[in-house]
Amino acid sequence: MVDIRNDFVGIKSPNPFWLASAPPTDKAYNVVRAFKAGWGGVVWKTLGEDPPIVNVNGPRYGAIHAGDRRLIGFNNIELITDRPLDVNLREIKEVKRDWPDRAMIVSLMVPCEEAAWKKILPLVEDTGADGIELNFGCPHGMSERGMGSAVGQVPDYVEMVARWCKQNTRMPVIVKLTPNITDVRAPARAAKKGGADAVSLINTINSIVGVDLDKMAPEPNTDGKGTHGGYCGPAVKPIALNMVAEIARDPETAGLPISGIGGITDWRDAAEFMALGAGNVQVCTAAMTYGFRIVQDMIEGLKVWMADSGHERLDEVVGKAVPNVTDWQYLNLNYVVKARIDQDLCIKCGRCYAACEDTSHQAITTTKDGARHFEVVDEECVGCNLCVSVCPIENCIAMEELTEGIDPRTGRPIDRGYANWTTHPNNPAAKSAAE
Amino acid sequence: MATEKRQRDVAAGRLPPEDYRRNFSDVHPPLDRHQALVEADRCYFCDDAPCMQACPTSIDIPLFIRQIATGNPKGSAETIFKSNILGGICARVCPTETLCEEVCVRNLAEEKPVKIGLLQRYATDSLIDADVQIFQRAAPSGKRVAVVGAGPAGLACAHSLARAGHEVTIYDARPKAGGLNEFGIAAYKAPENFAQREVDYILGIGGIAIETGKELGQDLSLQQLRQDFDAVFLGLGLGAVNALGLGEEAVEGVEDAVVQIAELRQAEDLASLPVGRNVVVVGGGMTAIDIAVQSKLLGAEQVTIVYRRGKAAMGASRYEQELAQVKGVKILHNAMPVAIESDGGVLSGVRFEYTRQSERGALEGTGEVFTLPADVAFKAIGQVSALDPDRLELDCVKGRIVVDEGGKTSLEGIWAGGDCVHGNRGLTVAAVEDGKVAARSIDRALSAAP
Repeated sequence: MVDIRNDFVGIKSPNPFWLASAPPTDKAYNVVRAFKAGWGGVVWKTLGEDPPIVNVNGPRYGAIHAGDRRLIGFNNIELITDRPLDVNLREIKEVKRDWPDRAMIVSLMVPCEEAAWKKILPLVEDTGADGIELNFGCPHGMSERGMGSAVGQVPDYVEMVARWCKQNTRMPVIVKLTPNITDVRAPARAAKKGGADAVSLINTINSIVGVDLDKMAPEPNTDGKGTHGGYCGPAVKPIALNMVAEIARDPETAGLPISGIGGITDWRDAAEFMALGAGNVQVCTAAMTYGFRIVQDMIEGLKVWMADSGHERLDEVVGKAVPNVTDWQYLNLNYVVKARIDQDLCIKCGRCYAACEDTSHQAITTTKDGARHFEVVDEECVGCNLCVSVCPIENCIAMEELTEGIDPRTGRPIDRGYANWTTHPNNPAAKSAAE
Repeated sequence: MATEKRQRDVAAGRLPPEDYRRNFSDVHPPLDRHQALVEADRCYFCDDAPCMQACPTSIDIPLFIRQIATGNPKGSAETIFKSNILGGICARVCPTETLCEEVCVRNLAEEKPVKIGLLQRYATDSLIDADVQIFQRAAPSGKRVAVVGAGPAGLACAHSLARAGHEVTIYDARPKAGGLNEFGIAAYKAPENFAQREVDYILGIGGIAIETGKELGQDLSLQQLRQDFDAVFLGLGLGAVNALGLGEEAVEGVEDAVVQIAELRQAEDLASLPVGRNVVVVGGGMTAIDIAVQSKLLGAEQVTIVYRRGKAAMGASRYEQELAQVKGVKILHNAMPVAIESDGGVLSGVRFEYTRQSERGALEGTGEVFTLPADVAFKAIGQVSALDPDRLELDCVKGRIVVDEGGKTSLEGIWAGGDCVHGNRGLTVAAVEDGKVAARSIDRALSAAP
């Protein structure tokens, strides 16, 4: 029997799907709708000091679309909540009271002064919220005022504020990290050092989503001027997955709970984040694109996949793929694959050929017995996976491992032993096997 | 007993007025911008695309579709017009299901090709509607070319020559330019006067004069044209309609489908066109479908197409056959007309005999006959050349002009293309290609000449 109940740093929720701190969690009306739809928890949209901030009255969002206007990238310049603190606190308290089984985390952003944090923490604690998330991530607007990513980019500040919070509240503290940094492990280590219970990542990425070529101004723009926003949605998932994995496999932060965020749109995305070490996941863009009911597919899909793959509890999934994330230098250079085109599935579009011929290794032929037919030339194929990537038909091209004989490209016999760059003769810094 | 002359049930205005507009509006409504973008996104941008290979004018289809997808319909139309200046009408009348769309790889993927014809229409309409010219004429060459026939072949040839800087005069026997686009296809395929708008667009490049009402052999002689011009292109089309050979000429009520289609196209008021209650169409090509469907749309009660061979042998595409059936036309296969039944010289029906293939492959009657009552019977069993090869002094095969791969005839200085040429496929798009190819050959010849 599959059980997807989630326990994240002691915060319990019926499933691992939380709504991230963002517009969908700005007020009770939305959050109640989310809980009715089945979301396991929410991170309430970031609270700040009164008086509340103001938002622009021009557009706040911009998008990147794939074909048929499928939204794949999303960008925003909305700031933290623009409602008075007491209104938010009252609503948080009411919603938590009415939905005790759901996780209620409150996102916070106040100036980098201990007094400011000391002042707001008891107010939040009083709502009965399950935990707090420190917003050290928002890259637009608030960062100009020394908050958000301006804090997240300085590990010392991250550590300092995390420590203040831990010292001034009983609530678990999650530090939300910005990806707008060279090495995400540094702020993660700082958060841990400051005593944070967990990190969540990624926040949004600095971005200009497009340019209005008529106005010659960035998109979105307000009265002809634009500013960078925070980028999110499916397009950022690979960046987020890497950062999650970097923290998960860093010996200094090993075991630090991670709440995974970044383009999660379906159960598979969630499972991937968890496999790379996320204890649960947070979602925003997918909900903003499709509405709250997508969570039904996330819940059911995750359950079915877990049942099919023999996982009964989330613990059995979390971190499962982390040992297989390594450095390039440790990849097995003896492993040889060749592309194989399934002729029954091939629709003969020739995109594999165009890609390989023009931009890679000239390893695909276009004709056989005078007819249009695409086949791989093993003598040229380096197994790069480009053809698989551009083929419009799933599973039509696959990579097949050569397990014996000779690699027709290199003329070298297949060696099933493991050998990596650290010992390769072409590596000037190679260590000999004896060392 | 005095026998009254039989009255055929042929009447105009069988339908309420609004039905005519509805019945003869666009058979394939154009794609709007959203639909075009969704459809364009389905194109895989194939390498050495099969659709492009299947197009007789070799339009770079993946490129023009990509240009639609990237928000560049003008560039898209330019891509089409570079290969086929009649891309607008071809988008409407090409049997795409047996050309580009038949070989679309999406058929293999999900049995649903990209709607190439409709996308081509989207792109070309955007430019024709805006009346934006994209080609500029080369510097004047000082050479003059006569084009006989203002159909697809002649227009394509003339445009290409005008682009190259030559002065062109087009002569046409009919009162209007356009050829079969104007006179020979069903009204619902090119409504809103599209054929004339396209002619205007083509002429918009400049350097092309049109003289209508000038028929070769009557008002013009090839001799004179050769003297007056540096080159001559013949895009004459076909003239005569095949006869049934059943003495139908003497019977009132047996008509040529092509004549009727032309009348319908030129009619100011469709409600004024008489149509029979029971209509029989003999033939199996596009013309048979066009006259049958239009008769039905004009209010005929029973319209039956009778074709002497099986479904697969029909010249009309499967799509066209299905269109006819959806519109309520009945198609009978494997039956041939054996007698025109009449009463006092007035048509009453057509008698058919079922057919089969003999062991040697020839078509033969089975002896089983039936009669379809008819107020009107249409002959749609193909057109033949109306040329008199002897008078033209051109090498011909079966009345059609023999040309080389550049469209050059046996006579110096004379080129030909389109339906009048031996070996032509009988498609608008093939005629366009002929005109284009001949223009290149003419241009080379004129450039080489002193």
